[in-house]
Amino acid sequence: MKIRIKDTGFCTQAENFNYICIESSFAETDLATLLNHPAVEINFPSFSDGRGFTLARLLRLRGFKGRLRAIGHIIPDQYAMVRRSGFDEILITPMQAKTHPEARWVARSNWRARNYQHRLRIQV
Amino acid sequence: MYSYNEFDTDFVRERNLQFRAQVQRRIQGHLTEDEFKPLRLMNGVYLQLHAYMLRVAIPYGTLNSAKMHKLADISKRWDKGYGHFTTRQNIQFNWPKLTDISDILDALAKVEMHAIQTSGNTVRNVTADHFSAAAEDEIEDPRPYAELIRQWSTDHPEFQFLPRKFKIAVSGSHNDRAVIRAHDIGLQVVQKHGETGFEVVVGGGMGRTPMIGKTIREFLPKQDLLPYIESVLSVWNLLGRRDNKYKARIKITIHEEGIDRIKSLVEERFKELKPSFGGFDQTLLEDIKTAFSLPDFKQIRTDGYISTYERDKAFRTWVDMNTAPHKQGDHAIATVSLKAHGQTPGDASAEQMHILADIAKELTYNELRVSHEQNIVLPHVHKSDLPEVYQRLVKAGLATANIGLISDIIACPGMDYCALATTRSIPIAQEIANRFDDLKLEHDIGHLKVKISGCINACGHHHVGHIGILGLDRAGVENYQITLGGDATQTAALGQRTGPGFTADHIVPAIERIITAYLEIRFNASETFLKVYNRVGIEPFKQALYQKSEINAA
Repeated sequence: MKIRIKDTGFCTQAENFNYICIESSFAETDLATLLNHPAVEINFPSFSDGRGFTLARLLRLRGFKGRLRAIGHIIPDQYAMVRRSGFDEILITPMQAKTHPEARWVARSNWRARNYQHRLRIQV
Repeated sequence: MYSYNEFDTDFVRERNLQFRAQVQRRIQGHLTEDEFKPLRLMNGVYLQLHAYMLRVAIPYGTLNSAKMHKLADISKRWDKGYGHFTTRQNIQFNWPKLTDISDILDALAKVEMHAIQTSGNTVRNVTADHFSAAAEDEIEDPRPYAELIRQWSTDHPEFQFLPRKFKIAVSGSHNDRAVIRAHDIGLQVVQKHGETGFEVVVGGGMGRTPMIGKTIREFLPKQDLLPYIESVLSVWNLLGRRDNKYKARIKITIHEEGIDRIKSLVEERFKELKPSFGGFDQTLLEDIKTAFSLPDFKQIRTDGYISTYERDKAFRTWVDMNTAPHKQGDHAIATVSLKAHGQTPGDASAEQMHILADIAKELTYNELRVSHEQNIVLPHVHKSDLPEVYQRLVKAGLATANIGLISDIIACPGMDYCALATTRSIPIAQEIANRFDDLKLEHDIGHLKVKISGCINACGHHHVGHIGILGLDRAGVENYQITLGGDATQTAALGQRTGPGFTADHIVPAIERIITAYLEIRFNASETFLKVYNRVGIEPFKQALYQKSEINAA
């Protein structure tokens, strides 16, 4: 059973959202077609493929208000990046959870702290 | 200079704690080298030929005495007593033990330094003109903007896993000393109707496909700086090729898509991103500018300097070669050469670093710079202090009077250290410097930039050397190709290949033939090598190079 990772840790409770899945190669010009969908997931084919972060950011910037989650090859050290880019959560496989246990994700859950980006964008 | 605020300090502390835990996991075997690799790369730790290497960020090449002392201490305590200053104005320690690296990072944090984003596919340490705030020809000190970019790029959530590394350089003067046209983004401070802004150049770079950057925006108002570069990165992050790392840099994206298409995509994205900046970046910029205010310049007479200059020939030569005009007429910019003949370009011993730190503290307003040409700059020296500075440099073996001459060579670490290199480059630099020193010719030859890379990645900037040397492996034999006519300045140009390369034994005589030809062709000593090359082209040099039977062509 797949595991959802939230700021509080692992969560196995299922959700009733109907996710539409896009790949990291998804054309940003087509993001508009997703804006009214209730839930979108973006697949990371490899943790070194950072396109998903920019897609998430643009989706939010263009007004997407639904659920947004990251799936695929993501490592705990990227948790803050995932959250700061606009994702609500990550979905991982039991295999991934074994390699990267809960504590390691929770250790990165303080993503709101020490955020240069947030600081630079404050309204004056 | 800029001092960390609480935010910066807290950030670096947390980051060091995270990395300490990651190193622990690696040492205990919970992380494989493959898993550890991206994590160490985010923190400047490379695995080289013989050992780990730690690359420490020196933002825009600016150091003070305390930082330089600390670098010396680190080299002594955890390395082999020396450090290597790089073309990105950073310093590399070549022999740290993995188990010591967390302690080194904590030591760096004490003087507000770190190694974050000195490697990996992210926005690298931002570089700037090494004569910033001192150069006579400067429009505005570029470093406050470079610092703003440092903060913006640090830990940027979108841009830690880019298609490839991304380098930004800023110049505050029209005379480009920061090689901005060979960067992914080059920023040139310009003024229009009394307003400060930037000419934005994109898609320059060296490597195996060298390109001169193209102007994407003639005038970018300064308050649009961060949203605009964020737009460039945002567009490239999605568009840049990820199927082939040799085609991943933005220069290739621009080459394939065309600058006009990239420009319109960036401008579109800019409209979207600009409103996400609420203005605090500009408030912060004003604070940063205050931190970079000029020192309280001495106002004393320069008689002593003038009489020493007239009396002491060695001092006079050093002043003539190694100092540049300062915006204050009674001050000078002094460049300390790390290119003593026969030494490794860019290396400084712990003792030398301590001496430089003391000079800075006691005589030169507590400021030092690292130049991309791998020398150390004392940006503000009152002329009356030049004799004392010079004497101290002499004692430290740091008074080589060769700035801009044939022995002031940029060389990558090459096969002596680097895991990617296919040939040696340091020994070639040493042999060239020694040869022309023996001939007592280098002052006669005059201004000449020789740049050497030990592999196709071009870390030694050979494409923009007046004479560029590229070492390649040809069936197990080192073979050195020569390019001529490269230019790293505002008139940036890529060197042109002369033809077949030369073996290690034959490369120095080949360079000598080029120099002999130059000395024969030039009108007079004021016609530099580059001027002659631009006048007569490559043919006379090819003839000189290949007419002999000893060419050993590949």
